[in-house]
Amino acid sequence: MLIVVARRAVYMIVTLAVVSVLSFAIIAAPPGSALSQKISQLQSQGGEVTEAQIAALKEQYGVDESWFTQYGKWISGFWHGDFGFSFTLNEPVGSLIWSRLGLSLLLSIGALLIAWGLSIPLGVYSATHRRSLPDNVITVIQFVGVAIPEFLFALVVMTLAANYLGADVGGLFSSQYENAPWSWAKFTDLLEHLWIPLVVIAAGSTAWLTRVMRANLLDVLNNQYVQTARAKGVSERKVIWKHAVRNSLHPLVMTFGTTFPVLISGEAIVSIVLNLPTIGPLLVNSLLNKDMYVAGTILLMLSALLVIGNFVADLLLTVIDPRIRVGE
Amino acid sequence: MRGTVTPRVTGPDRPPTEPENRTMSQSYAAEEGTPAAAPVEVPHGAGDAVLSIRDLEVEFPTQLGVVRALNGVTFDVPRGKVLGIVGESGCGKSVTARAILQIIEKPGRITGGSITLRSVGGETEITGLSPDSARMRELRGREIAMIFQEPMSSLNPVYTIGAQIAEAVLIHQTRNREEAHKRAVEMLRQVGMPHPEAAAASYPHQLSGGMRQRAMIAMALSCNPTVLIADEPTTALDVTTEAQILELIRNVRDRAGMSIMFITHSMGVVAQLCEEVIVMYLGRIVERGSVDDLFYDPKHPYTRALLRSIPRIGRNRKAPLEVIEGSVPDPHTRVAGCPFHPRCPEAIPGRCDTTVPALSTAGPGHTVHCHLYQGDDETGRTEPGEDA
Repeated sequence: MLIVVARRAVYMIVTLAVVSVLSFAIIAAPPGSALSQKISQLQSQGGEVTEAQIAALKEQYGVDESWFTQYGKWISGFWHGDFGFSFTLNEPVGSLIWSRLGLSLLLSIGALLIAWGLSIPLGVYSATHRRSLPDNVITVIQFVGVAIPEFLFALVVMTLAANYLGADVGGLFSSQYENAPWSWAKFTDLLEHLWIPLVVIAAGSTAWLTRVMRANLLDVLNNQYVQTARAKGVSERKVIWKHAVRNSLHPLVMTFGTTFPVLISGEAIVSIVLNLPTIGPLLVNSLLNKDMYVAGTILLMLSALLVIGNFVADLLLTVIDPRIRVGE
Repeated sequence: MRGTVTPRVTGPDRPPTEPENRTMSQSYAAEEGTPAAAPVEVPHGAGDAVLSIRDLEVEFPTQLGVVRALNGVTFDVPRGKVLGIVGESGCGKSVTARAILQIIEKPGRITGGSITLRSVGGETEITGLSPDSARMRELRGREIAMIFQEPMSSLNPVYTIGAQIAEAVLIHQTRNREEAHKRAVEMLRQVGMPHPEAAAASYPHQLSGGMRQRAMIAMALSCNPTVLIADEPTTALDVTTEAQILELIRNVRDRAGMSIMFITHSMGVVAQLCEEVIVMYLGRIVERGSVDDLFYDPKHPYTRALLRSIPRIGRNRKAPLEVIEGSVPDPHTRVAGCPFHPRCPEAIPGRCDTTVPALSTAGPGHTVHCHLYQGDDETGRTEPGEDA
């Protein structure tokens, strides 16, 4: 098992190295960047001090050298937690992304847990009561949930919440807590703001996963071992939950790896609509402004999450299915 | 034909030197030098039937119309004997077995008739129980156990063999997990599983098909059921393994005196294993008799055709194998009269295609549903010339 983990870790590092080179190359390819703008801005100011500044900047980021040297300078900073500098926001990348990445992760994992928590029982019910009225209702809601664009759903939920629940929508905190130190009241205020993005982000994947769960369970219920379990006197509830559901969880677990980045990109649109300080809007803005160090770092972080998510999914799969365990 | 020599059970997956196996005195597994005890002869009659099925009807409402899988099936499973049920695919063999356990797949359901179980605990009317009732679940596994066709898919891939056998024991016999596990290992040993401890800890995909079928049998026998239903247990296995499993089932009958209902489409298996045989066609029983009756004196044209279509060693190789003309009718349509009449070479026009033949007796314990043997007609028709 340890060997497997070590081997996978090596693969992951290699994957991330390749991803970092590629993403940096692509971001650096078009002419002009936030850094070159900064330099020309300094040049227009003139003066001896700025000349020295420009020289220092050029030296630090290797502006006049090949992109590979620039990449080397950027990536070597990673060892001591220096991810570069945002020239549009005038802040180090490190201090920009950590809190945002944390919030993005919180939203994504929260949404994924909601999606799992709802889709498994709903899918099981749908499959075991196939073609009944509740199943048809669930199916219709699922199709709507899969089809509706997230930004639209976000707007709908916002409107409903603001009009009928009197909720303060948008942002993470009410204005009085915005700059207040952490307290219980601030925490509950955060939760009151978080449910809307959670619902919006979770809706699409819940609908999708319910569909997957239903289809998969219907498939598994046709298996002979389900009949075997019934034939030895196992109660119907246990037949479903112990013998059938565990065999139909594979695609749901695999989604842990694959819906993770999807959730984060979906979260970008939702966050723009709901004005949340997550990683998505930052990535979009940095790409627009060619703020290459911010964009590169975020892309690398998201890739790392994807790779780690897949690894965790694989580990979970070995837990639920012995056939994979032995195959390793 | 009965009692023909079957290969001795020493397959590659069963090492001959296996000390645990040999110490078991009441092992079901075949051992060298243990003569198969002759089954105790009990006079035949309704009284010694462990399971009585009367006019059983099962329907499957589908989008294309109602499929009548069983149209009034009546038979008894004699105590302590092996009853074979033969017929081609779709004749209702498996549905009969599932109806007895009330595990017919949706949307199929029993629409008429009765199933009576006579066990130590008295008589139970199975069709009167709800499929999900506690009493029905109590019967499954403890009174009536079942072995399925596909050993590859009839065990749950995510639980160990031991856990799956112990599950049945935990439901019916003990609440103690350790005891249940011991019982599971013990059962695996009894069915001749090499290294029963290791087998109990392994997952289905780690075992061969024959070993999985042994595990299934161990599971079925773990609660000492009164009746064992085997639904084509050897169809998916190769001949050597099939012989081993048949030997095992014979031993189960001989040592535990278990009543076995053995479903198969292989006449060869019937000849090797069964004492009585039922031939089914399109959801009806067409003939019933002892193995000797059926093989040496088959009455129903369908039975005769089935026997003629068995390839034999020593026959003229160039002669094509005999087949039954036509094919099984579409299950959604209902055939008027005798279900076999469209394919029957001896069908009587105006009679076979209008009325369902009633039961007629062809000898002691030998019954047939065919107009050729209906009382008033018997003298008019002669036996067909060819041998069966």
